[in-house]
Order: sequence, then structure tokens, then C-alpha cells
Amino acid sequence: MDLTLKIWRQANATAKGKFETYTVKNISPDSSFLEMLDILNQQLIEDNIATPVCFDHDCREGICGMCGLYINGRAHGPDKGVTTCQLHMRKFKDGDTIVIEPWRAKPFPIIKDLVVDRTAFDKIIAAGGYVSVNTGGIPDANAIPISKKDADTAMDAAACIGCGACVASCKNASAMLFVAAKVSQFAHLPQGKVEAKERVKNMVSKMDEVGFGNCTNTGACEAECPKEISILHIAKLNREFFAAKIC
Amino acid sequence: MAKLNSKIPEGPLSRKWSNYKAEQRLVNPANKRKIDVIVVGTGLAGASASASLAEMGFNVKTFCYQDSPRRAHSIAAQGGINAAKNYQNDGDSVYRLFYDTIKGGDYRAREANVYRLAEVSGLIIDQCVAQGVPFAREYGGLLDNRSFGGAQVSRTFYARGQTGQQLLLGAYSALMRQVNKGTVKLFSRHEMLNLVVVDGKARGIIARDMVTGKIERHFGHAVVIATGGYGNAFFLSTNAMGSNGSAAWQVYKKGAFFSNPAYVQIHPTCIPVHGDFQSKLTLMSESLRNDGRIWVPKKKEDAEAIRAGKLKPTQIAEEDRDYYLERRYPAFGNLVPRDVASRAAKERCDAGYGVGSGLAVYLDFADAINRLGRKVVEERYGNLFQMYEKIVDDNPYETPMMIYPAIHYTMGGIWVDYELMTTIPGLYAIGEANFSDHGANRLGASALMQGLADGYFVLPYTIQNYLADDILTPRMTTNEKEFVDAEEEVTSRIDRMMQINGKLSVDHFHKKFGLQLWDLVGMARTKESLEKALVSFKEMRKAFWTDIKIPGSKDEFNPELEKAARVADFIEIGELMARDALMREESCGGHFREEHQTEEGEAQRNDEKYMFVSAWEYKGESQEPELHKEELIYENIKVAQRNYKK
Ligand SMILES: Cc1cc2nc3c(=O)[nH]c(=O)nc-3n(C[C@H](O)[C@H](O)[C@H](O)COP(=O)(O)OP(=O)(O)OC[C@H]3O[C@@H](n4cnc5c(N)ncnc54)[C@H](O)[C@@H]3O)c2cc1C
Ligand code: FES
Repeated sequence: MDLTLKIWRQANATAKGKFETYTVKNISPDSSFLEMLDILNQQLIEDNIATPVCFDHDCREGICGMCGLYINGRAHGPDKGVTTCQLHMRKFKDGDTIVIEPWRAKPFPIIKDLVVDRTAFDKIIAAGGYVSVNTGGIPDANAIPISKKDADTAMDAAACIGCGACVASCKNASAMLFVAAKVSQFAHLPQGKVEAKERVKNMVSKMDEVGFGNCTNTGACEAECPKEISILHIAKLNREFFAAKIC
Repeated sequence: MAKLNSKIPEGPLSRKWSNYKAEQRLVNPANKRKIDVIVVGTGLAGASASASLAEMGFNVKTFCYQDSPRRAHSIAAQGGINAAKNYQNDGDSVYRLFYDTIKGGDYRAREANVYRLAEVSGLIIDQCVAQGVPFAREYGGLLDNRSFGGAQVSRTFYARGQTGQQLLLGAYSALMRQVNKGTVKLFSRHEMLNLVVVDGKARGIIARDMVTGKIERHFGHAVVIATGGYGNAFFLSTNAMGSNGSAAWQVYKKGAFFSNPAYVQIHPTCIPVHGDFQSKLTLMSESLRNDGRIWVPKKKEDAEAIRAGKLKPTQIAEEDRDYYLERRYPAFGNLVPRDVASRAAKERCDAGYGVGSGLAVYLDFADAINRLGRKVVEERYGNLFQMYEKIVDDNPYETPMMIYPAIHYTMGGIWVDYELMTTIPGLYAIGEANFSDHGANRLGASALMQGLADGYFVLPYTIQNYLADDILTPRMTTNEKEFVDAEEEVTSRIDRMMQINGKLSVDHFHKKFGLQLWDLVGMARTKESLEKALVSFKEMRKAFWTDIKIPGSKDEFNPELEKAARVADFIEIGELMARDALMREESCGGHFREEHQTEEGEAQRNDEKYMFVSAWEYKGESQEPELHKEELIYENIKVAQRNYKK
């Protein structure tokens, strides 16, 4: 396949960015989207065209949450339930023009080209996304039975990879789905119940503090989440939050 | 050999660890506050160690190259984590887990370490459950288990196909809790580039801020390396793109011995290579071998027809299929250890029975779907099937998966003693970065166990035995000569690299080198291939330092520069791998020398001459490294030829 790529280039956080156009030829439909960018970069370097395009990636199997590109106006591109690294070129057609941008959200400032700073997510987790237990001195793992249903729902929420697609696709740059995934995981488990109220309050107030917007229930986050995490978890978060506020 | 003291405690095997803990020195809480510990790496090993040390009161500085500690490659582990809980009442015990691990490692691991690993394995599951890790459960609400290769019991705990993710998120949240308390200072997007040694002791690191390019000096009373394995030397592997061996290599060059570099694990169930643009290989979890059956056609002409696209696997009659693992290893069948399964696949493909491109075998779920129903299979493996379909564009519910072995894990690594300390005092290595516990072959679901054992339950104890002497050592300023010199080494290497200005990209080089490493030091090695490798890698190293081109500058976010530094190290690591493999005139576990096999094609050990851990000492750029040997003594296990047939 031959493709035209319009890619956002920005030298650093403060520089002014703009789109540049490149072409790649003979791309195999079996190659992944990031492999296509590898080929472009090798060409940019070896043919002395430009410095390579920077993008974040690591595991390339859809689990580390490091990759994240805004492709043709959609977080992680046109395929459903996958990260950018799992997107394959067979989802595009020969001759296509593809527009590639970074996540655009105030709390995720651009570092370079397509790379953004997502440490705001770490800050939210640091504010309360854990059960406060130290290493050692804990009961046997089978001491507390947990119903399979609850454990499964907790796992559905815990599947979040922290990529930030929810924020990038939300018009308010809200991190509600990200926060909800963590809160809901714990809300379905007996562990850490004693600190549930503090947890939800602290995480939500940190989310506001680091600049994420409000949730207005548009549902774009769920639609673009590569792990298909349901917005029902946001409902759970809201219930937890109001319960914490009342008493 | 006098140099290697493994510090194995006295006493019977089952008392060694408790004796050690009873006698070791501790650091009191007021003194812990005065001590800084550097942890490099935030995988299971690094994150759990950082969190535990900080909870105890030490000041911790934690580094990782990703934008967040949560993205360390431990996240990608799918299948599960072993523990000798015996929840299934199927005869499991600490001893059996210990025994399976030693046997699985082909009798090339240290007894005392492995026993301790089995001993603390149960605590890990307790710890993770307390953190809220959503392990799979049965309808009665208790924890569920599955089986993994090399074991006849079900002792593997799992969280769908995302066990590593859930365990890492547990450790990551414990770490972030400490970050919030100010006891851990986190340096993400920071890459360690050198170790600082003062008066023979590890006292700090040099790191590069990957966003600004700034080179920084960091002091620590002790330094812990938890940077994972070096499997990416092969370019194509199941590791993350950034996984590297550089930190291990830097400390090797500063005097830490490097052990068993030749022991690499080749995982039998990965998606086959499909093109030369490919950047990585994807693992299909070993748990699939619980229900999937591995086969190739019995007749060569069928295999040929399949390769030519004239026949479909579903058209091959039952009696024309060769379930070669079940045929060769009736007792363990599809659940033989990884090294055995990988070699058997290679043997069939080399003999002309491979499918797909010729380098693939089938992993078939038709029987399981008939027996259990599609729904159960979907529940067990749904996400893996989906992943396969996304990559290959084939539906594994309808047609068998194709798999082939790929580089997956490195058993070799930095030599450590019982306390997990390297040959440099104050320098520790944990997780995949060290060599301990797995011998010549790691069993499935044991790396997660080892990483968390090291980080939660071993290092936090043993490091105190060392730091107890350091309570009066004040924090150093980083203006000392040793810090300045270590920084200078880093900057001059970077400058040299940036100035080459050749023609080839780093990836170009890495691919070429990786392919050679696979051909010459891969699944089957010979004296000839290894000698060839030694010559060729030297040339490659030279070519790298003249032909490579790194665009941009060193003072900015520059992934090409990061990659270049790692690849330069990989080429040198490859050389040591070849040297180690050449020295070891036997086959054991993941190390297969074609000259040393039984008539049936099984690995043939030579216990008389090679029952030792190799530990290589760096002797400078122009000299060959020196081999030290740690003899392995088996007091509790009867050493035998591994047998998975009966
Ligand atoms: C696809 C896959 C599936 C697996 N499945 C299983 C399984 O089911 N069960 C099992 O037991 N094992 C499994 N394994 C093996 C297991 O996951 C790993 O061995 C283990 O997680 C390694 O953990 P670690 O903490 O040692 O290192 P890693 O998790 O690799 O972490 C390395 C850390 O070091 C940091 N780092 C590296 N270099 C530097 C540097 N120079 N400077 C600063 N930081 C650095 C990284 O940022 C990262 O934080 C699997 C492995 C893979 C690849
Ligand atoms: S690179 Fe890890 S999720 Fe895409």
C-alpha cells in the first residue's frame, strides 16, 4: 500500500507545531501501524529527509498503555477495542491519507511531536488509588471469599491500561473513566473498604486539581477505550462519591 | 574462585532462611531515615522493592525509562504466577515447587535460593490479594488455579490473561502510595547510564533525563538493579521495545560478574514471524497448552500442500496428524517445559513438516471446544484468541492457531549471592536482571513469582544486613571525583556516538545483528556457529561505531540516541553469550549444543564437568573476560536426567 501521512511535528513543549506531509510506499497490510511509522522513520533518517517522528510505545501488545495516537480524528484509530500498537494497516486502503496527531488535552502537555506527558494520571493514583497495606503481616489469601461475579466486575474495571484515550476523546478532557476504573475496582472488593470514602474524595479532588474537565456524559470515552471499559463504572464512581460526601 | 562466596546460610535447607533472618543485622527506624537506596526499574521486582523499602522507612529513589512506572514490561505477562499454596489439595508443597523448579532448570540453579523462593511464594499471593489484585475465583469465592508446563499440580494463580498487569498495578499502587508520602522520589523517563563506585562500594548512578537530555548524578547508600532481561539483543523477541541489558552491562563493566549469559529461554508458543518489517513477536500464553493440542501433519506431502495453500488444517484427518509432544512425552504431553517444547517444534519444522511459512506448527482447540463448549474456552482464553485474530486475521475458534518459538526470557544475568548482592558491595540485582533461581530453563509462571519474592520478601531483609554498617555514612555530595568521572564516561560515549554520522539507522543495525544472534547463538548452537559468532560480532561492533547515524542532538528528547546506546551494549552482550555457550560443552535447559544430545535428540548434560554457574569478570576493552565458577552442590535433590516421558 502507498500512503500519504500528515503528521503533527513539534520540536518541544513550547515550540509551535504544524503538520508535515510524508509518503510511504509498499506497506504490507499485515504490518502494524507503528511498524509503518518505523519504516517512515528509517526512511527519514537514511534518506536525510528530516529527524524521525517521535511517538511513545513500548510493549506493542496493547497492555502497557504507552502508545497513543490520534488517527484520523479518533483515539487509537479506526479499529474498535485496540490500542495504536495493535492497529493493523489492513484497516486502511491503498492511497489513503492518514492524519496523525498527539493526544490533545491541557493536562497532557506535548513533549515532542506525538509524545505527551501523562504524569497527571500517576498523581491521581498517588492520591488514593490503592489499598493501604504494607508488605507482610496480612491474612491468608483465601481468608476472605469474594464472589466470582464481584471479582469479575472488579477485573473488568482493573483492565484499564492508563493510556489516556478517554481523556483525548472527551471534549472536556475529563478523566472520569480513568478514575472510575480504579474506584470501581476497589468498590467491588472487600479489601480497602475502610478507606473507600477517603479514596474517592482524594482521587476526584486530585483529578480536578491537575486540570481534567468535568464529565458531561457524552460517552466518547467508552467508545474509544481500547479495553472497552464501560461507563457504568462512572455511575459507580458517582455513587461512591456522593455517598462519601453525604457522611 | 576464591572470589565467589554465595553466602548460603548454615543449617538444613528448610531452616536456612529462617536462620538467616534470625541472625541478620537490622537497621533501626531512626537510622533508616538517614539512608538512601536507589532502585533502578519499576517492574514487579523494582516496584515491590521500592514500596517495601520505603514502607520500612528508607529513602528511596526509583528510576524507570517509561513515562510511568506502571508500564514496565512485567505488565505484559499473561499466564500467571506460581505459589505452593496447595489450595487444590493435589499434593503441592514447598518442597515440590522447589523440586520442580530445580528440575525444570535442568539442575543448574542454587538449591538454597530456590527453596527460599518456594517458601515465600505463598506470601506473595496473600500480599497481592490484600492489595486488591482481582485474581480469578471459583464460584465458591475462593481462588482458582491452572496448570503450567513442567508441573503435575495446579499451582498457578491468574487474573484472566492479564496476570502481570494486575500484579504490577498492585505493586505500582503500593509504590505510588509511598510517592504520595514522600518516601519514594520517582524519576520516570530517566535512563541509568553508569554506576558510581566509591571505595569499592556502589554509591550512586548517572542517569539521563530523557526529556531534556540532561545528565544527572544520584547518590545512594546502596543501588538495586531491577532492569529486567536482555532478550531484546535478538531484536525480535516478546520483550518490550525498550527492554534492554544496558544497566546490567554497565555494572558488569564496573566489576559485577555476569552469569550464564548463554541461558536464554525460547518460548514455544509465539505468533510466527510474518515479514521483515516486523518489530516484535507476540507471545500466546503458555496457559493455552492446558487445552490446546500441538500438531503438524504426519505426511510431508500434506505439510507441503498446506504451505502451498492447497489444503486447510481442518481437512487433515485425525490419523494424519502428528501430536508430536503427546507422542514423545506421554506423561507431560503438551505441558512439557518450554525448552523441550521449543526444540520439538524446531525439529519438526527442520524436518519439513512445518506449516504456514514452514516455520510454524498448529495449536488446536477443536477438541477443547468439543469437550468444554465454546463458551468455556472463550472465558478461559478469550482475550488471547482476540489478540491472535487482530494480529493474524484468522479466527482460532474455527481454524487452529499457528505458533513458533521465540526469544522470551533470559535466565542469565548479574551474579548474586544468597543476599541478592552482586560482587560489588552495596550493589544488588533482583528480578529477571539477576541469574538466580531458574538455572538453565525457567518454568512458566515462575518469573513473576521470583520478581515479587525478591522485591517484597527477600531484598528488604538482606539489604539491611549490609546497610547496618552504613548508618554512620553521611550522604555524599555528588561532587566527588568518582561521580564526576562516571559522568564523564557517559558524556564522552554519547559525544562519540553522536559524531559518527554514518549512513545507517540504529534499527537497521539491530535487525541485522539480531538475526545473526538468532542464527548462531539461538535455539541450536555448535562449536562452529559460536566461533563464527565471536568473529562476526567483533566486526559488527566495529561497523556499528563507524556506520551508524543518530539524527537530532543529545540535549533533547531523542529516542534514536537511546536505542543506539542500548544496541551498542547488545552487541557486546551477544559476544559474551557466544563465549559462554562455547565454553559450556554440554546441553542443558535453554542451552542446546548440537554436539551434545542423546540418540533421541534430548539435551545431554555433563554434570561431571559443568555442574557450575559461570560468572564472567570484565577485564577491560582489549582483554578477554575471566571465567569464575560457582560449583553447584545438591544436598537435597538427587540429580537425574530430566524425564518428561513417564
Ligand atoms: C510477553 C511476556 C509474557 C510473560 N508471561 C509471564 C507469565 O505468565 N508468568 C511469569 O511468571 N512470567 C512471565 N513473563 C516473564 C516476566 O514477565 C518477566 O520476567 C518479569 O516480569 C520481569 O520483571 P522485572 O521486574 O525483573 O523487569 P521488568 O518488568 O522488565 O522491568 C524492568 C524495569 O527496568 C526499567 N529499566 C530498564 N533499563 C533501565 C535503565 N537503563 N534505566 C532506568 N530504568 C531501566 C524499566 O523502565 C522497567 O521499569 C513474561 C514475559 C513476557 C515478555
Ligand atoms: S505499546 Fe504498549 S499498549 Fe501500545
